[in-house]
Order: sequence, then structure tokens, then C-alpha cells
Amino acid sequence: MMYRMTAVLLSLTGLFISAYLYLYKIGKIGSLACGTGGCETVQWSPWSRVAGIEVSLVGLLGYAVLLAISLASLQGTFAERRSPTTMLAGLAGVGVLFTAYLTYLELFVIHAICRWCVASGVVILLIFIVSLLDLRRLTRTRYR
Amino acid sequence: MAATQAGMKRFYTLFAVLAVVGLGVLGYLMTRPATVSIPANVTVQPSDTSGFAGYVKGSPSAPVEITEFADYQCPFCQTFATLQMPTIEERLIDSGRLRWRYRDFPLQQHSFSRLSAHSAACASEQGKYWEQHQRIYGGQSEWAGVGDAAPIFRKYAQAVGLDVGKYDTCMQTSKYAGRIQADFNSGVALGVNSTPTLLVNGRLYRGRFDSDAITKLVDSLAPRAAR
Repeated sequence: MMYRMTAVLLSLTGLFISAYLYLYKIGKIGSLACGTGGCETVQWSPWSRVAGIEVSLVGLLGYAVLLAISLASLQGTFAERRSPTTMLAGLAGVGVLFTAYLTYLELFVIHAICRWCVASGVVILLIFIVSLLDLRRLTRTRYR
Repeated sequence: MAATQAGMKRFYTLFAVLAVVGLGVLGYLMTRPATVSIPANVTVQPSDTSGFAGYVKGSPSAPVEITEFADYQCPFCQTFATLQMPTIEERLIDSGRLRWRYRDFPLQQHSFSRLSAHSAACASEQGKYWEQHQRIYGGQSEWAGVGDAAPIFRKYAQAVGLDVGKYDTCMQTSKYAGRIQADFNSGVALGVNSTPTLLVNGRLYRGRFDSDAITKLVDSLAPRAAR
């Protein structure tokens, strides 16, 4: 249960980071708290949108789904089932790959680093890791 | 079982605290005052203008001069700037027949009128006034409805190639607030009460606002003014 609880708290953290970036992008908050100024460069670059959708909005929706799944996984019905964790690992895995692509763009194309994007990258990586650890736990329990 | 229940209770408490703190921070960020605000109705000092009487485009020897009093947040000014001005520029300004003078007339009902005018003024000190002017008008739909337009104008400043550090300092010090107010006061003194308002060779123009009408006007005035 510990891994799933961690996934819930991480998903909530990721949700707030994405919400912060998205609210900035739509002009609902002022400037970003980002010492280097790289956040604004990244946020206003042509790569801040994917198929016309804000990357931060994609993150917001992704974390919302992860939060819903991880919260559901704590409920009695799903407590010892593999399916919620498998979904979490799958979605977080996609998130890690997407983040890796965005980090590549930041480093080699945009030439600016957004600290909040890095923070989100760390969060999604941690969710992926705890999901894998939970899957391992469930496998061990099954064959014990 | 009791231990598990206690653990879950602790977890949900932690979850609730994190949720409340996160929502609180976002709520605060959304309601705090705008990052940059340009004061209105400031007392104009002689140093605010020091000979400045609008942003000028076109030949100093052009026989006709049109002064436009406009507001960056006015939709009609936006349409005029983006649809009519390119033709006016090509037909009349580039050919040396017309000189265009742009002056700010920030309307009170528009929350970002002064901020946008100030952003363009800050671009002018780096020699990029007209580039920023066009960006601001071109992006009106992007910034007119947001809570804080300053980051969007800053993005435009970056895009037109301004030194963003100098631009930020200029915006934060509101150094052109007096100049914008002086423009507004001049407009009021000349009888301007709406935007855009044009003055043709110093006289209020009451005709149509399209490139064909302006071309006819210049055609009719240029021979007389050139004599």
C-alpha cells in the first residue's frame, strides 16, 4: 500500500506543477517563479504545444488520470489487484518517454531549461519507479 | 487492521493538507496583483516628453501627415492596424506621400491599454517600436482577455529581438507612464474622444477608416500640400 500512497501524493504534486504552468500559459497568473528565465523561453517556444494542445494541459490531464487511478487503487475492491498498478506503470512509462523527448528539445533545440518541467519530469519518473516496485511486490505476494 | 486504518487516516490527512496547500498557492497566484502595472493619470513632467510627439513613420518631407490616436486594446484599432495599415504603408507611406504619426490614447475601460502602450514605448528605446507595435496589435485576441498580459508582451519583446533585461527594467520602472499620459492629454485637448481618431494635417478626420478612403484623401491633398 505504501507504493500506491506514494503514487497518489506524487500524482497530486505533478497535477499542481502542470496546473501552475498551464495557468501561466493562459495568462491567469503573472510571471513564473524561475530564476534562470528559461521557463518562459520554453513555455513560449513553438514546442510548448503538441498538435495544437498546450503541453502543460496534456500534463494536467495526464496527472489527473494518474491521480484517479492511484486513489482508486487504495480502495478495498482494488487493494490487491494488479490492474490499477499495471495501468499506472503503463501511463507513467508513456509519461517518462514524453518527458525524455521534451527534455531533449529543451537541451538541444530550445537551448533553455525550465525548472518546473524538470520537476515534473522527476515526479513522473518517481511514479513510474514506485509503480514498478508495486508490481514486483504483487508478483512476489502471488508466488509466495 | 486497526494499525492499517490508522495509517490510511494519516495518509488521507497528508493528502488533504497537500491538496489544500496546493490549491491555496494557485489561488493566491491567480488573485495577486499584476506583475507590472502602469499608473494612469500621472502628472506629466517636461522631461516625460522632451519634444516627443508620437511615433513617426514616413518621410519628413511628405506633403500629408496623419496623426492617429489609438488604443492597443481597442478592437477597431486592431482591425485598422492589421488590415488597413499594411496597404496604407505600401501605397502612401513608402512612396513618400504620407507621414504617419501614432499617439497613444489609452481608454479607461481597457485594463491593458497603458501596459501595452508602455511595452511598445520600451521597445522604442531599443529601436524596435513598430515591430512591437505590430506584434501587440496582431496578438490582441491572445492577451486582451487574460488576467495579466505582461508576460505575453514580454514574449513579444523576446520575439522581436529586444534585450529582455533592458525591457524588464523599462517596464518595471514605468518610465514612459508620463509620456503616455501626455499623449492622452494632447488627444483630449484636440477633441479626441474615441479610438481610433485621425487628424489629417492637424484637422480631425470624420471619414471612412479604410485604405481606399485614406488613399483618396491623400490624392486630393497631396497636390495642394506639395505646392
